[in-house]
Amino acid sequence: MMDIFSGLEFNPFLLSFKLAFITTSILFVLSLPLAWYLSQTTSKFKPFFEALTALPIVLPPSVLGFYILWALSYNSPLGHFFEEYFDIKLVFNFTGLVVASCFYSLPFMVQPLQSGFEGLSKNMLEASYVSGKGKFETLLRVAMPNIKPSLLTALIVTFAHTVGEFGVVLMVGGSIPEETKVASVAIYEMVEMMDYTSAHIYSAIMLLISFLVLLAVYIFNHKHNKKFGAI
Amino acid sequence: MINIDINKTLNGSQGKMNLRAALDIKEHEFIALAGESGSGKTTLLRILAGLEDANGTLKVSDKIYLDDKINVAPQKREIGFVFQDYALFENMSVEENLLFVERDKQLSSYLLNLCELYSLKDRFTNTLSGGQKQRVALCRALMKKPKILLMDEPLSALDPVMRAKLQNEILMLHKEFKTTTIMVSHDPSEIYHLASRVVILDHGMIKDDGIPKEVLLKANTPNEFSFEGQLLDIIKGDIEYIAIVAMGQKLVEVVVELDDMKNLKIGSSIKVHMKAVGVEK
Repeated sequence: MMDIFSGLEFNPFLLSFKLAFITTSILFVLSLPLAWYLSQTTSKFKPFFEALTALPIVLPPSVLGFYILWALSYNSPLGHFFEEYFDIKLVFNFTGLVVASCFYSLPFMVQPLQSGFEGLSKNMLEASYVSGKGKFETLLRVAMPNIKPSLLTALIVTFAHTVGEFGVVLMVGGSIPEETKVASVAIYEMVEMMDYTSAHIYSAIMLLISFLVLLAVYIFNHKHNKKFGAI
Repeated sequence: MINIDINKTLNGSQGKMNLRAALDIKEHEFIALAGESGSGKTTLLRILAGLEDANGTLKVSDKIYLDDKINVAPQKREIGFVFQDYALFENMSVEENLLFVERDKQLSSYLLNLCELYSLKDRFTNTLSGGQKQRVALCRALMKKPKILLMDEPLSALDPVMRAKLQNEILMLHKEFKTTTIMVSHDPSEIYHLASRVVILDHGMIKDDGIPKEVLLKANTPNEFSFEGQLLDIIKGDIEYIAIVAMGQKLVEVVVELDDMKNLKIGSSIKVHMKAVGVEK
């Protein structure tokens, strides 16, 4: 048994989780104000922003990956700018993966947060304003603590979704060991090389982790709803 | 002194409606705002609190809250607001709800004691009863020591016993904190009990304004008693017919003559007049 595991590289897993952790952290900070704005605004541009943030759900990863690859490469103004002024290459390395993942997983962070905020009692937020508290303090001390299940869902699903991404990662990152070769790409390569034993082990680990993560979310939400009533 | 002279176009349930209100309110007055639903009462309250904008002017003491150029944010107005659905912060305990407004433990303890809530101070608000929640909301609104206390049908969701108890507490707090109080209410006995002045809105316009006794009793002639209710059933008695009428929470039996009965339809709303013959205690 140990023989099977000893021959395995666990770097791709570490890389997947590192990527997911960084992406989730960045997206959380960026998505909070965006989701809050979308939940509160009555602007006629709201559907436009909503459609834009939801795009990565429906776009084929190859399309998204292609655009990101094009936008970040040295031949595009953005890629050129970063490489010329900051000496940062944005494709076929880990930085590029993070940028691509942030686009790819954006809706999975924004949407649960937005629907959480939208489900809050308007009067509760107004009660905070009348109590003398500004929008930022209301967001931090009233809105966020009252949407804990949505916060958790957003964080976990974004994390899990980033761990599970494949197409975009492959296009933007390639498969450079210890740099861009994440677990999903590693499995793809194992299958291509007909190394089914390794593919089985990797896949089983992914399956187990994904299931446990989702189970934890559902248990938490179930308990929370029991305590505070469904949101 | 509060000077209100505002107007706003509303998209109500019956189409567009113009809300126009011009009122001068003296300090420490207790005003009941009455009128049918959709007449603009809640909107007027929300405009006073700065939660909705409007045209016109709003002046409290010498401070302008609203005019052509100025629209003071709700955070900056010296106003306490009690929402109809309480709107308590569910993530906080009773005491934290109060302290959120102002870090003044002395005042929060004082208020909680006054409203018999002190023993519940560490409870989360979703474990409280309706009456308790309403009292927490009332206490929270007073934490800022507001000049004006606005209440949107604060007692409408409570049972009659709890209502009577809370009416007394509201009156006590109104006197204790020397607020100018404006309360939306549908209940004539509540208005009579609490308010020093009643303003009746009808389709966005002020229809009546005066002392509750005069305004509320105007409709009735002195020795006649009338009420509106819903006709539930007509039962044939030995010599006459008896109508069962629902009046609020109570059912009343009324004798009807054959001629009258023909015009009555079960389920319709009817008005019953009676001559008062005697009052029992």
